[in-house]
Amino acid sequence: MDRFVFLTLDGLSRGAVYAAFALALVLIWRAARIVNFAQGAMAVATAYVAHSVAAATGSYWWGFLAALVAGLLLGALVDVAVMRLVDSTSPLNPVIVALGLVLLIQAVLGMVYGNEYRPAEAPFSRAALTLGGVGVLSPYDLFVLAAVGAVVVALAWMFARTGTGLRMRAAAFAPAVARLLGVDVGGMLTLGWALASGVGALAGLLVIPTELGLHPHAMDLVFVSAFTAAVVGGLDSPPGAVVGGLAVGLVLSYVSGYAGSDLAPLAVLVLLLAVLLIRPGGLFAQVTARRV
Amino acid sequence: MSTGELLGVRGLVAGYGAVPVLHTVDLSVPPRTIAAVVGANGAGKTTLLRAVSGLLPPTAGRIVLDGTDLRGTRVEQLVRRGVAHVPEGRGVVGELTVDENLRLGGLWRRDRADAARALDEVYQLFAPLARRRRHLGHQLSGGERQMLALGRALVGRPRLLLLDEPSLGLAPRVVAQIMALLRQLRDDTGLTVLLVEQNVRSALSVADQGVVMALGRIVASGPAAGLRDDDHLRHAYLGF
Amino acid sequence: MKGPTLARHLGAGAVAVALLVPVSFALEPFRAFQLATVAAYLCATAGLTVLTGLNGQLSLGHGALMAVGAYTVALSQTAFADAGVTGGWVLPVSFGAAVGATVAVGALVGVAAARLRGPYLAGVTLAVAVVVPALTVTFDGVLGGEQGLSVPVDPPPAGLGASFPYERWQLWIAGAATLPVLLLLGNLVRSRYGRTFRAVRDDEVAARLAGIDVARTQVLAFVVSAAGAGVGGGLLAVLAQSVSPGAFSLTLSLSLVMAVVVGGLGRLAGAGWGAVLLVALPDLTHSVTGLVSFPPALAQRMAGNLPLAVFGVTLVVVVVAAPGGIQGLLSRSGRALRSRPDPSTTHHP
Ligand SMILES: Nc1ncnc2c1ncn2[C@@H]1O[C@H](COP(=O)(O)OP(=O)(O)OP(=O)(O)O)[C@@H](O)[C@H]1O
Ligand SMILES: [Mg+2]
Repeated sequence: MDRFVFLTLDGLSRGAVYAAFALALVLIWRAARIVNFAQGAMAVATAYVAHSVAAATGSYWWGFLAALVAGLLLGALVDVAVMRLVDSTSPLNPVIVALGLVLLIQAVLGMVYGNEYRPAEAPFSRAALTLGGVGVLSPYDLFVLAAVGAVVVALAWMFARTGTGLRMRAAAFAPAVARLLGVDVGGMLTLGWALASGVGALAGLLVIPTELGLHPHAMDLVFVSAFTAAVVGGLDSPPGAVVGGLAVGLVLSYVSGYAGSDLAPLAVLVLLLAVLLIRPGGLFAQVTARRV
Repeated sequence: MSTGELLGVRGLVAGYGAVPVLHTVDLSVPPRTIAAVVGANGAGKTTLLRAVSGLLPPTAGRIVLDGTDLRGTRVEQLVRRGVAHVPEGRGVVGELTVDENLRLGGLWRRDRADAARALDEVYQLFAPLARRRRHLGHQLSGGERQMLALGRALVGRPRLLLLDEPSLGLAPRVVAQIMALLRQLRDDTGLTVLLVEQNVRSALSVADQGVVMALGRIVASGPAAGLRDDDHLRHAYLGF
Repeated sequence: MKGPTLARHLGAGAVAVALLVPVSFALEPFRAFQLATVAAYLCATAGLTVLTGLNGQLSLGHGALMAVGAYTVALSQTAFADAGVTGGWVLPVSFGAAVGATVAVGALVGVAAARLRGPYLAGVTLAVAVVVPALTVTFDGVLGGEQGLSVPVDPPPAGLGASFPYERWQLWIAGAATLPVLLLLGNLVRSRYGRTFRAVRDDEVAARLAGIDVARTQVLAFVVSAAGAGVGGGLLAVLAQSVSPGAFSLTLSLSLVMAVVVGGLGRLAGAGWGAVLLVALPDLTHSVTGLVSFPPALAQRMAGNLPLAVFGVTLVVVVVAAPGGIQGLLSRSGRALRSRPDPSTTHHP
């Protein structure tokens, strides 16, 4: 029972990261109908920025901040310099271009930093606190949950309550009408890419210390897990992404805890296939038919 | 010049792809005028409005608003120049609520206080919208959508309103209300309207000026009352 | 139409053999090894071109399917070696097993893929590309974990002489495995099946109305394509004489996509260009960077990564600027030269 409690809490902390990363995928999907397959590589790039800045300044937090800013800028850059130029009448094209970015970013990181794992430090202890003799969350887990929670609340507030959020939604749902009403649709798209990439950067920063460390491929499996989370929630639904992320985190935590962590990758694949084949619209979809 | 004309269209050629739909269209609309554009299906009425609002860049010719050439003005800038376009099919954003759709119409404005006032006025003007503030756009009836689209344009307090078939699918009584509203806005706020209509009789009865289009050309224009009573025109182009 | 095509392809195959043997004697061993590697990639890129270019299904998981083929060959060869079995039929049996295994996995993924479209299909195949190599660690008892497995291959027959270079023998093996794959795929493309593949790609609804079983066609395309990847993977195992997860990472899968897109998705010939690129670009960047004297640590990091950066940039630039790829450019300039329509180039997507 104690173990179950521990695994559940651990799964929620892990799931929070997947939720943030899935949210980033959903943001771009809603705005541009593109699944950003380069998001994992982009997040790793910003994590290396954090690594370098932290090493130069001696402060984790300067690195953290620099990575978030780098994430925003990188997202905007990818939109303006690459994605805008792609003829997306064939839905394969944006996907293929994103894959080209994955190759490029990972190779550049390998050239600059090398292809070895670098230890990534966490700003708080990762040792679990005990509560009544039961191991629960670590201070770092609490930090992860708080950071992701803050971002989710901030995004929800922005989209629901601010003029910019309203413009972004209008630009995504009805670009032509939005333009007639004075919305700079292209600018909103770039802003969406920047925000998504910033959220992805945060997720990368939070998850990498809990895995093997910093490596150009550090986010490959995280990307697959987060994609699964986004599909579980339905690619169109931000709340779905959050719930999907937590669900995937729990499943992976239970599988790792009860069956061995080696099985986690297989569990992700099985989960993804199961969701897509049984309920292709995501668990929260009203309509099940989905063709893209 | 600026006193005699709010909107001028000179030698406009526009189309989709290589084939032009509009062939050298000329048009002049004075301020405080309701100009009705009528003509058969496919005559090019919607295309004319799309060219005026910049959704469809013209291949030749000029569009002049209050004395300035609109060439190079981006669509999203036009609303800041006082032009509101209610497109064919209304353009209500189905995923947004009524309130969000309406607020979108005034988001570009610097004067937040007046935008809020304009929003209130629209709610007073269209009581059904006030009752459905939190409903999503796609939950509205056709008439409610038309009110929403028109209301959203009015929140921006436009000088020139481009209206594409507002009467489509509406009960005659609602159409009459909308037409009356347009006249009232013209008198009270000096609004100018370029009104595209299938419903020729009601359009020409509300309008000051009439424009008849056929096959991408303007074949007749003048005071609306004159066009309404021109038997030859009625038989040849308007079918009533 | 079918008979003459088959005859033409068999003729082309005979010509290829007649060319390859003298070429293999002319090449120095390292170049022979490179050509053999091109052949290995060609099996996979040809399969991927059939799937993506002709059937419209994007697979990011072909590196993983190559891994399945490679590991099957490794396991099979090890089993034969452990049992002391030798003979000319051993390697073909291992390749048969590799094809069987990849066809099974391909059918599994294909059944799922047939129900998915666009980014969902891409996501699932990406998951396959990431997860399958990781399974070698999950089942490290059999699959050898990060270290991988070694692949025992018999030396060239004594009859070829003691000084017969091993690389030349590898090239022969690669040629013997690749030619049948190309023959079969080439015939398939021009057969009734090829036409249904393209019909499904161009318009699923129309294909369904024309009586084509869309799902079955898509699964078939996936299976055929997987078999090609399986043979290619098996060849990579034989060439490297070892297999490890690092050799079949996500990067390989993405490089294969790069190869077929840059080569040109519309035609099988594009797969050839792609396979050449996969071997030639790293070679080229290596010689270019060799001209500059980098510090050794940097030079080592560049060696593995610069070609991948070039792959990435090439892929982005080609999709943005020349969606037809190399073969598209060639066909276009060829057509411009002859200034008459070429019926064989009308299938570009
Ligand atoms: N998006 C488009 N692409 C190509 N041709 C178009 C497009 N929209 C309209 N057309 C063509 O342009 C011509 C004029 O169309 P337009 O929509 O301007 O007519 P309309 O006068 O508004 O007709 P209606 O009364 O039916 O709305 C028609 O022949 C139509 O086929
Ligand atoms: Mg129209």
